[in-house]
Amino acid sequence: MRNLTGSALFAGALPRAASLPDLPRALPWSGLAAAAAWLALAGATLALPESGDFPRTGSLATGAGLLGLALLPASLLASRLGRAGARLRHGSPWVAALALGLLAWELVTAKFELLPMPFFPPPQAILEVFLDDWPKLGGSILNSLKLLAGGYAIGAALGFALGVAIGSSRAVGYWAHPVLRFVGPLPATAWLPLAFFVFPSSWSASTFLVALATGFPVTVLTWSGVAGVNKAYFDVARTLGASPAFLVLRVAIPAALPHVFVGLFMGLGGSFAVLVVAEMLGVKSGLGWYLQWAQGWAAYANMYAALIVMALMCSGLITLLFRLRDRVLSWQKGLVQW
Amino acid sequence: MVTATQERPAARIANAAPAGAIGARLTIEAVSHAFDIRGAALPVLDRVGLAVEPGGFVALLGPSGCGKSTLLRLIAGLEPPDEGRIAVDGRRVDGPDPSRLLVFQDPTLYPWRTVRGNVALGLEAQGVGSRRAARIEAALRLVALDGFADVYPHQLSGGMAQRAALARALVNEPRLLLLDEPLGKLDALTRLAMQAEILHLWQEKRFTALLVTHDVEEALVLAERVIVLGDRPAAIRADIRVDRPYPRHRDDPELVRLRREILGILGQPT
Repeated sequence: MRNLTGSALFAGALPRAASLPDLPRALPWSGLAAAAAWLALAGATLALPESGDFPRTGSLATGAGLLGLALLPASLLASRLGRAGARLRHGSPWVAALALGLLAWELVTAKFELLPMPFFPPPQAILEVFLDDWPKLGGSILNSLKLLAGGYAIGAALGFALGVAIGSSRAVGYWAHPVLRFVGPLPATAWLPLAFFVFPSSWSASTFLVALATGFPVTVLTWSGVAGVNKAYFDVARTLGASPAFLVLRVAIPAALPHVFVGLFMGLGGSFAVLVVAEMLGVKSGLGWYLQWAQGWAAYANMYAALIVMALMCSGLITLLFRLRDRVLSWQKGLVQW
Repeated sequence: MVTATQERPAARIANAAPAGAIGARLTIEAVSHAFDIRGAALPVLDRVGLAVEPGGFVALLGPSGCGKSTLLRLIAGLEPPDEGRIAVDGRRVDGPDPSRLLVFQDPTLYPWRTVRGNVALGLEAQGVGSRRAARIEAALRLVALDGFADVYPHQLSGGMAQRAALARALVNEPRLLLLDEPLGKLDALTRLAMQAEILHLWQEKRFTALLVTHDVEEALVLAERVIVLGDRPAAIRADIRVDRPYPRHRDDPELVRLRREILGILGQPT
């Protein structure tokens, strides 16, 4: 019996790569295609005449060319580069597609002018923003992150505490439930006009709004997690001599954690929306403000650059949250991979 | 499957425990209990009276849904009885206590704790976790799970999970072990092995055991006394002494005779 289950334990650890054909001598076609695509982008950027004055056309061509040249040996040697090589092989179709996308974009904007110019800047114009305007862009990211971190931390902590309290105390539930039902579904952005004159600064008002947007889903999901804990878990702990504090801290909270993380995930999504709106309408810094400022000056390249950065930031934060969840909930099986 | 001759570290635990720490005396006097189902009272126990000697092994046998499990919950102190009195060693039961432990039909291990963490639960809840680490390891060896201490419950088979649940109870050195159909969901072979294991643990630790089951054979192989309960509301229909030495065999003519008798009481064709 033990041997059977013992081997079943390790069945999950079978090498998955075994199903892939092992062809060490075959040429890495996707890697070579990626290199070729980047070299083609470099060539087209340099060789074709462009309509307009783009000071960073050379930088784009150089960068693309260097990347293409680096990809050549890297993909040929990928089989000897260990994990990095395996990642390169896995990612090279995407690397190739990225180059082709940039090439198409380059052609329809700077080279053949198929898209109206100020609204659709070519890749080199966006590269120019990153290379020349990075202090302002970087400062905006930092300010956004500070605001988000403060509001999110407050909202998540209060939401978690409130959710646990509602889930484990009848009295708290009696008073908090109606308020939560009435106020919770209101979008946090609806509070914006009120918040900006009630709070002493636009920064504190925005922190409040971000905390509100985070707090509601965290509260509701923590609460439902605690309320849904298997009653038998409490029976087990009670017969073993557990105190009420033990029942909450060591039984209800760990059992509710999978729900709490769903709440944290939803809260993070909500907090992004509120952050951008708050920065566009009140706060004089951050990525939302940068977007607004770029649009005001018809600096469309700056706008695209800010959008790209914002996407990277949000995606990065969600990834961080999922990593944290995978660590904390390592006992769960069948977690969604992000 | 479980060899009694095998060297058992449990002997050391027994030595470490105070000399008097063996089975508790259980007294149940005229206990009646009803469930409240949407305002209507559904009686489940009807003046049940029972006395169990210290170190005895008693099986409660009856049709499913007759209130056997409810009686165990009342003895464990998870709920107070509507009427009557339950006492352990002469002291009225007024709440849960780690000296009276319940093993459920589902192992109900905490999925976020490893097997060791689950076994340590009682000691942690009582605030003595760190001082009794050796007891946890001993309890794991006792149920032959010492190789699986750092595994999470979802990686265990049904029988292993139930053995972990037994270890979680035994590490607290209960004086009264309440077994609520602990083998009900196991396959036939695992069941036989676990019956032998429970018997062995009882013989070694000398706790008082109260086993709820609806398996007549299981009751006869394990218990010194079989209490037959009638349909809901459960009242005692028969109190049968099983005076056979352990280990017992299922085809022992005396057990076969008792089995027929009990099935007759329960109104089943034999």
